[in-house]
Amino acid sequence: MGQSKSPGAGVVGYHAVGILKKQSETGTHGLWTAVLGRLLQDKLALLGLGIILVMVTAAVFAPYFAPNDPFKVDLMQRLLPPQAQYPLGTDHLGRCLLSRLFYGSRSSLTTAALALTAIMLISIPFGTLAGYCGGQVDNILMRIVDVLLAFPGLVLALVIAGILGPGLLNVMLAVAAVRWVGYARVIRVTVLSVKEKEFVSAARACGTSGLGIIIRHILPNVLSPVIILATLDIGRLIIAISSLSFLGLGAQPPVPEWGAMLNDGRSYMQVAPQLMIYPGLAIMTVALAFNLLGDGLRDALDPRGTVRL
Amino acid sequence: MGRYLLKRFLYLIPIMLGVSIITFALINLAPGDPAELILQADGMELTREAVEALREELGLNDPFYVRYGRWLWNVCRLDLGESFRTGRPVTEEIFYRLPATIELTFAALVFMVIVALPAGILSALYRHTLIDHLNRLWALLGASLPGFWLGLMLIYLFAVRLGLLPVMGRGSLHHLVLPAVTLGFGMAAVYTRILRASMLEALGQEYIRVARAKGLKEKWVIGRHALKNALLPAVTLLGMSFGHLLGGAAIVETIFAWPGVGKFAVDSIFNRDYPVIQGYALFMAVVFVLANLMVDLSYVSLDPRIRLERGK
Repeated sequence: MGQSKSPGAGVVGYHAVGILKKQSETGTHGLWTAVLGRLLQDKLALLGLGIILVMVTAAVFAPYFAPNDPFKVDLMQRLLPPQAQYPLGTDHLGRCLLSRLFYGSRSSLTTAALALTAIMLISIPFGTLAGYCGGQVDNILMRIVDVLLAFPGLVLALVIAGILGPGLLNVMLAVAAVRWVGYARVIRVTVLSVKEKEFVSAARACGTSGLGIIIRHILPNVLSPVIILATLDIGRLIIAISSLSFLGLGAQPPVPEWGAMLNDGRSYMQVAPQLMIYPGLAIMTVALAFNLLGDGLRDALDPRGTVRL
Repeated sequence: MGRYLLKRFLYLIPIMLGVSIITFALINLAPGDPAELILQADGMELTREAVEALREELGLNDPFYVRYGRWLWNVCRLDLGESFRTGRPVTEEIFYRLPATIELTFAALVFMVIVALPAGILSALYRHTLIDHLNRLWALLGASLPGFWLGLMLIYLFAVRLGLLPVMGRGSLHHLVLPAVTLGFGMAAVYTRILRASMLEALGQEYIRVARAKGLKEKWVIGRHALKNALLPAVTLLGMSFGHLLGGAAIVETIFAWPGVGKFAVDSIFNRDYPVIQGYALFMAVVFVLANLMVDLSYVSLDPRIRLERGK
């Protein structure tokens, strides 16, 4: 699966070089102003950004927006259709669906953000080390990557989550353990091309240490491909996490989480289809929003649209 | 070509060794003592002596490399241990369910080709028209739609509401439709975009102009010349997609109660049936690696440029 095949590696490398060229022409600061300008003209990307902001607001202020207590069980009020007190109806334990959706956005967004953080924490040092050191270090690190890529991603995540045992944190770890690999490859290729730049040679000639060069000159240049990747990937992260949650490996009752809510709701498909319609719609909307924003960001930073994991 | 083949095969050895180390090491992440689990599964009393005796018997007290070596030796003889739950050999359990998973995966691939091929070609030929815009919308939705939700919605619509198709299980062709569509949907959207892009690129090439200038009929120009070249990028990605399908199959099989390897693995996870989980991971990696190898080889034989370059 490794370097010998992966069609993406060369493409990403090309892409990274393209971005670097742009950065060196305009300076990092100028690049981001230009990107923001282009993004503001992209209506779909703005729509995505808008949806994300609304969702984040909903998650942060869930206690204010939620019409009812999301944990309050009332078996007399179970499986109610939408009505004034319960705008989207109630679930099999008589809990308010809308309130649970609001609180669920907290679990889903936080888990995805944590997973992304974990991915960065592994992939940035790993990719930088491989790209900067080169030689045998690079060789060994990349063989590790090849081995991990030999597993179908979701299969490995499923197995890791399954072995660690149910829990949202374990699902987050499992997804991060699988997905960091793609980031590490992109970062490595970017570092490989940055370290050949003149400003790196100049810094080295000035006596800057290896670590200093990495922190001051290389990492800032790794930023933009990583941001594109992360934005494009977060929708997939949310879907992957909610898939595992749907299987019962993630959030445990009574914690509201969209994937787990779908799993609870599916048994009541015939009597209360809203229980599985709305959580799924919520997952799709967030994923769609991030994809729209990611597409826009990629178009703005990389018009050829060549970056992919 | 022969040397390339040999290199490709030799490269598999370190990869598969790595895969086996990871698969073996994973089980050590499990909370709790395997010996205790086995005793519990057998309904035995958990005394310290019994656990210690079983640990010794299973060789759990040996160092990691000894245990790994022993396990690897067994794996090479296709012995993946026995399921805690059924007591039957894991290989047997997996092989027994493999046909169902293969059937589902291929059906999803067929669905993908049936949809993506015409959609991608039409999108390229009628660029910036309604068809193209609809396809773009679909691609966006396809990338954002969680597969498990699509599956549930399809069940709700076609099985519960309309009563047209069976809800779960495996049997007739009717049973295959919903799971295959669920599994293939997202990927069909991706391939439509890929085919559209490569079709547009192919149509812009010189040889297309030559073919048209020769006065060839448009359907020949598109079918013989453009499409043939446009298919190549899609074929390279098929290997990777196969991995997505294998992973997605676990979820789709669970939703539709499809008696395949994926559902078996998910069930085993909840029963903490570690030999099965381990066997599943290893098995899927082997299938995935071999599928990629096949795609690579077919790609090499499809594209003479690569054949020559790599044959050197």
